[in-house]
Amino acid sequence: MSAIPQLQATQPRRGPGLRHMSPVTRRRLLWGILFISPWLIGFVAFTAYPVIASLYYSFTDFNIINRSPNLVGWSNYADLFQGREDSWKSMRVTFRYVAMLVGLATVFDVFIAMLLNMNVRGLSLYRTVFYLPVMVPVVAASLTWVWILNPSHGLVNGILARIGIDGPNWLASEKTALFSLVIVSVWGSGRAVLIYLAGLKEIPQHLYEAASIDGANPWRKMWAITLPLLTPQMLFNVITMTIFSFQSIAAPEIMTGGGPNKATLLFGYQLYRVAFERLKMGFASAMAWILFVVILVLTIFMFYGSRNFVHYER
Amino acid sequence: MTAAVARRSTDWSLVSQRLGAHLSLIFFGIIFMLPFLWMVSSSLKPSAEIFEIPVRLIPKTFAFTNYPDAIESIRFLRYLANTFIYAVGLMTGAVLSNVFIGYGFARIDWPGRDIVFIIVIATMMLPAQVRFIPLFITYSKWGWLETFAPLIVPAFFGNAFFVFLVRQFMLTFPRDLDDAARVDGANELMIFWRIVAPLSKPAIITIAIFDFMWGWHDYINPLVFLRDPDKFTLSVGLRLFFSQYGAEWALLMAAATMFTLPMIVVFFFAQRTFIEGISFTGVKG
Repeated sequence: MSAIPQLQATQPRRGPGLRHMSPVTRRRLLWGILFISPWLIGFVAFTAYPVIASLYYSFTDFNIINRSPNLVGWSNYADLFQGREDSWKSMRVTFRYVAMLVGLATVFDVFIAMLLNMNVRGLSLYRTVFYLPVMVPVVAASLTWVWILNPSHGLVNGILARIGIDGPNWLASEKTALFSLVIVSVWGSGRAVLIYLAGLKEIPQHLYEAASIDGANPWRKMWAITLPLLTPQMLFNVITMTIFSFQSIAAPEIMTGGGPNKATLLFGYQLYRVAFERLKMGFASAMAWILFVVILVLTIFMFYGSRNFVHYER
Repeated sequence: MTAAVARRSTDWSLVSQRLGAHLSLIFFGIIFMLPFLWMVSSSLKPSAEIFEIPVRLIPKTFAFTNYPDAIESIRFLRYLANTFIYAVGLMTGAVLSNVFIGYGFARIDWPGRDIVFIIVIATMMLPAQVRFIPLFITYSKWGWLETFAPLIVPAFFGNAFFVFLVRQFMLTFPRDLDDAARVDGANELMIFWRIVAPLSKPAIITIAIFDFMWGWHDYINPLVFLRDPDKFTLSVGLRLFFSQYGAEWALLMAAATMFTLPMIVVFFFAQRTFIEGISFTGVKG
């Protein structure tokens, strides 16, 4: 209670606009700011300040050992564009990883959600089965998959051996390592299945009935009704998946260490190594900003690029 | 007569469709469950059997001693307690802060609110990597790196995703509810505490469960910000054990099983919260 008069007493200096507000509006403003104040404080301390500091560091040669960073202008960015610390290599690997993951996960998750939407009996059991991998902590999942993909004693090559196939050395071969990381991520993408399923349930049934009357077969219904009306969920999942997988550190850190021969050196993980293993904080800050810009541009591109084929009329 | 025939023939195509759906779901379902089976089966194999060829899913003899062995050699109980402290701290901070903040965005009309809310949403786009380095420096200056503070304290200042979730939830309550209370002379704190917060219980439960799970899962924040091995969580501790004893698969899988099990239990107790919470964010997002 006593907070209100206090706030009012200190506020009027905030700007000339405040004096022109009606008392009701002013009171609302003060209450609003009071309620969001934890966020405001956290935003300044844990977001705004680090963002500005990181931008500053990116123009310095800062490392943990020399505690006085010198300004070096654009040279971190220039080095980055010349491929220092495997910047191009890791960016290429990341694009390949994200493209494979988003493509494969979208096709698979939509397919599973469509199967679940066919009024099958035991829906909740199936749904649990596809969601349960999400509950496995990333370290437990990564370790389990390292063991599953073990070339001689792992489950996958064990099964392949039974049917007479000599399985590859999944995580240690340049050809299969990145794909193996993709498979592990698809295994853990059950969240998207639930979102697609919720989207499918919102499609009005009468559309299908009308299509049946017009003699449309199931295949045609899928392409003309189901998939177009599922595009909002697809856009949401594709964007969130892209944002998250661009930052991925844990899976390469635990499963491959970026190898073999840098085949799984994802950009977010390489950034972590440059910052906390090589202690080149200035250079790593520049990498972080490049990562941010790439994610931002891709997200904006997907938002606007999708405008012509995402349905929002429901 | 023709109608009956028509109905029967459509029934048949429906039956075959359903059968196809079941068979596909069972096929992929088994593949999705295999990693779990492999994890548990490896955790029960005696060390002689772990490297046996051909690979078998069901151990010939069950070595339950892997579990006590893992607990002893991985400092499991210490890491478990730390993980619990992290997850509960995160959950407490998230529940206390986000409901309060969400009220400010959902139930009070103040000038500039929508612009500030856009900033809240925009922070979700920022990669964690941008903040790691400055925060690491700041925390080390504050002497936080030897404590749990870098992991838990930020949770008390809200999180964009949860603020969004609470706001969307609170927007669904009728306006008359608080207007009536306002006419009766209640101020915003009273309305928040007596009316809106109690009604937001489902959102609060969702936040609590999601953030507990997040704390339990998290690997990167403990990896970057925990410098004291006595404060390591299971994620970092297991990773450390793996880099030291990479071939001890029976122990590693026993630890992974014990690490995962609480999450499975949480899921089965809170299944509806998970499914509704996720569907909600996806459809509204």
